[in-house]
Amino acid sequence: MAADAPSARLELRGISKRYPTIVANDGVDLTVRVGEIHALIGENGAGKSTLMKIVYGVLRPDAGSIAWEGRKVTVNSPAAARQLGIGMVFQHFALFETLTVAENISLALDEKTTPAQLAPRIRSVADRYGLPVDPQRLVHSMSVGERQRVEIVRCLLQSPKLLIMDEPTSVLTPQAVAQLFETLRRLAAEGMSILYISHKLDEIRALCDTATVLRGGKVSGTANPRAESNASLARLMVGNDLRDASVQPHTLGEVRLEISNFSQTARDPFGTSLRGIDLAVRGGEIVGIAGVSGNGQKELLAALSGETLGAHSGSISLCGRRIDLDGAARRRELGLGFVPEERLGRGAVPPMSLADNALLTGAGAGMVRRGFVQRGAARAAARSTIAAFNVKAGSELSAAERLSGGNLQKFIVGREIRLAPKVLLVAQPTWGVDVGAAQLIHQALVALRDSGAAILLVSEELDELFSLCDRIAVIASGVLSPPQPRSHLSVEAVGLLMSSSVTGAPQAAHA
Amino acid sequence: MREWPWRLERRASPSGVMRIAAPLLAAFAMLATGLLVFAFLGKDPLNALQVFFVKPLDSAYGVGELLLKATPLALCGLGLALGFRANVWNIGAEGQLTLGAICGGGVALFCSAALGKFAIPVILLAGILGGAAWAAIPALLRTRFNTSEILVSLMLVYIAQLLLSFLLHGAWRDPEGFNFPQSKAFDDALILPVLIEGQRATLAFVLMLVLAVASWVFSSRLFAGFRMLVSGQAPAAAAYAGFSEPRNVWLALLLSGGAAGLAGVCEVIGPIGRLQTDISPGYGFAAIIVAFVGRLHPVGIVLAALLMSLLYLGGESVQLELQLPAAVTGLFQGLLLFYLLAADLFVRFRIAHVPRAVAVA
Repeated sequence: MAADAPSARLELRGISKRYPTIVANDGVDLTVRVGEIHALIGENGAGKSTLMKIVYGVLRPDAGSIAWEGRKVTVNSPAAARQLGIGMVFQHFALFETLTVAENISLALDEKTTPAQLAPRIRSVADRYGLPVDPQRLVHSMSVGERQRVEIVRCLLQSPKLLIMDEPTSVLTPQAVAQLFETLRRLAAEGMSILYISHKLDEIRALCDTATVLRGGKVSGTANPRAESNASLARLMVGNDLRDASVQPHTLGEVRLEISNFSQTARDPFGTSLRGIDLAVRGGEIVGIAGVSGNGQKELLAALSGETLGAHSGSISLCGRRIDLDGAARRRELGLGFVPEERLGRGAVPPMSLADNALLTGAGAGMVRRGFVQRGAARAAARSTIAAFNVKAGSELSAAERLSGGNLQKFIVGREIRLAPKVLLVAQPTWGVDVGAAQLIHQALVALRDSGAAILLVSEELDELFSLCDRIAVIASGVLSPPQPRSHLSVEAVGLLMSSSVTGAPQAAHA
Repeated sequence: MREWPWRLERRASPSGVMRIAAPLLAAFAMLATGLLVFAFLGKDPLNALQVFFVKPLDSAYGVGELLLKATPLALCGLGLALGFRANVWNIGAEGQLTLGAICGGGVALFCSAALGKFAIPVILLAGILGGAAWAAIPALLRTRFNTSEILVSLMLVYIAQLLLSFLLHGAWRDPEGFNFPQSKAFDDALILPVLIEGQRATLAFVLMLVLAVASWVFSSRLFAGFRMLVSGQAPAAAAYAGFSEPRNVWLALLLSGGAAGLAGVCEVIGPIGRLQTDISPGYGFAAIIVAFVGRLHPVGIVLAALLMSLLYLGGESVQLELQLPAAVTGLFQGLLLFYLLAADLFVRFRIAHVPRAVAVA
């Protein structure tokens, strides 16, 4: 290895990491050159996160070596990694909920600065990369997407030599993605190396110079993404061809979910108040709500599901019956299903078995009789969901927390669909889910729609909205634009509405 | 800064066997430490252990005493465990026990003649309602004002004890009791029947076993029990499923308060036979340890209550035989909880050696 002018910034050789139940990395080789944007792709559970945690010093490999700029190093802690010049934006964020953005960032930086000194630096980095972040906001009031922005800003403040980004664009508008890519390319041109983890094959093909594909903990191939197609990259990842969720012509039914002039002041001082929401979803259609997270999606879903009750104006009706005063349990009885954004802890009880998690929303489906739990029925329901959605789990008695994110999401979506809801609310159904599972979930939603259910899909993935939805509305600052048929909309028009912080309604009208 | 080369690592899957074994390990560690303590106090350790743990049980009467003291411990522990599993932390079982004694005792003192043969059931019911009413205060304050039920229930313990003392120094004092702060003795017909002639364990022991079965059915078979479990393990999932959090708090506190109230009334119309200022040597607090040592499971709780009862008897025994202070009981209780918490930590985590950091950059 040439010590003077190393062309390789990071060189991994034969990295292996074993857990009691699984081999997460098996002899992985990876080389990231100076100034290169290198994609790391693979299904969930392929070992990407483990590998990145090893590079960032969170985990130690059982075997293999790491060379940094030509020198062999042992990365024992994230602090050591940062000292080397490695920065990482995690997919799951380690932020203190009771502190402000500036306080969190000052804790994460190795240099000693006060939150007050940091605030202007945070603002300037945030402006430069189009990542709106208020340094004074408390983290607990921020949505998942907003927290991710904080992480990106935190990392860029450290001006690293190698930047690891774990799905950074899932919460950005197309314009902001374009802006971020511009910045990343500039950073790379200045000599920064970027390791870019993503599921979005289009992005990888547009941005990255090299792609390393992981499958089952091993490198299944290295490719120049610009010379590949989405299908060929996906084949390297999953080992078989993918089919698109088919969208067939279908007939519309009666209005199932009707929201009329609904306004609700956010209880959380940093939450988004809903202002005059109007929306009708008919049986047999999927209506999508696009938007940058933190613009009222969380509040709207909680108001629709019945988790947030309280002072509001306007009304919500389910199949013609007013439900805005009913609790979540009553709304379920009336035929409302819900797949929430957070899987563990909200959509599922982590330490409980899948059978018990089927029971969570299955009381009305024969799993409770005269107050007694029908264990057999709950187990049978979980088994049938596991089989129908190809959930990889030991059995229906496996704890929910033992499943990978994608498998648990398949289970939750399957559980809700199995209850044959009249209206299904779905939030970020494929967030952090691998390509294979995402496709299965999409097909299931389309099948439910075709069977006559009304589906309201809230997502930040425009690809997802455009491939699934019959009509799309945009939420910005708690205001919902009138939904437009998908064929009348372009990705750019939706992106424009997403980034408008004032009312987006007038702009949508001419589309 | 030198880094400590050991750190705790979460185990991939906590062993089910170890979860059950942890209380046993804790009990053995408690015994081993006890040996050291006795040696430091200048007693022959083995003899002291024998006096502490074996002597109390070497007669049928001793076994009866074991069941007698285990009863209020298990009654309180069973109720508390329902709440703990639901993430509702009632620390004030001692106060609810006291209120149960006051309410049941009050009925026994003033209304028994009118009740005839229904007197005992009505007295027991009054005790349950008294304990539940006392626990309703933290429930109301938490669901209305979001106060901590831990603090409120704990502070209410002292109020309950002062209330009892107030009654016994005033209106309820036995006029022929030489000014002792105690009530008249209850009528013999109002005293719970003993299980075996010549011993003191009462019908309350059987009631406790029935309650243990009932609490098992509640937690593992009833949807209401499942809802409480979900509220405890994942509050956001409970809200998502539409399980009411106020109902969870109310149910947990009313059930645990009622069980503690039953324990209190069974003491005063059982072995004590009247109201007096000291009706419990801290059963309500020891029951917190009982609930955790018993793994919040009814069978475990009954067994843990027997162990804890033995600690009370052993403390009395070493006091009499070896002139050791009564605080030995508290010491052993504390050791048991301490070792259990430590053992539980190692059920979920293990110590991993971290190789010394090689300087980088």
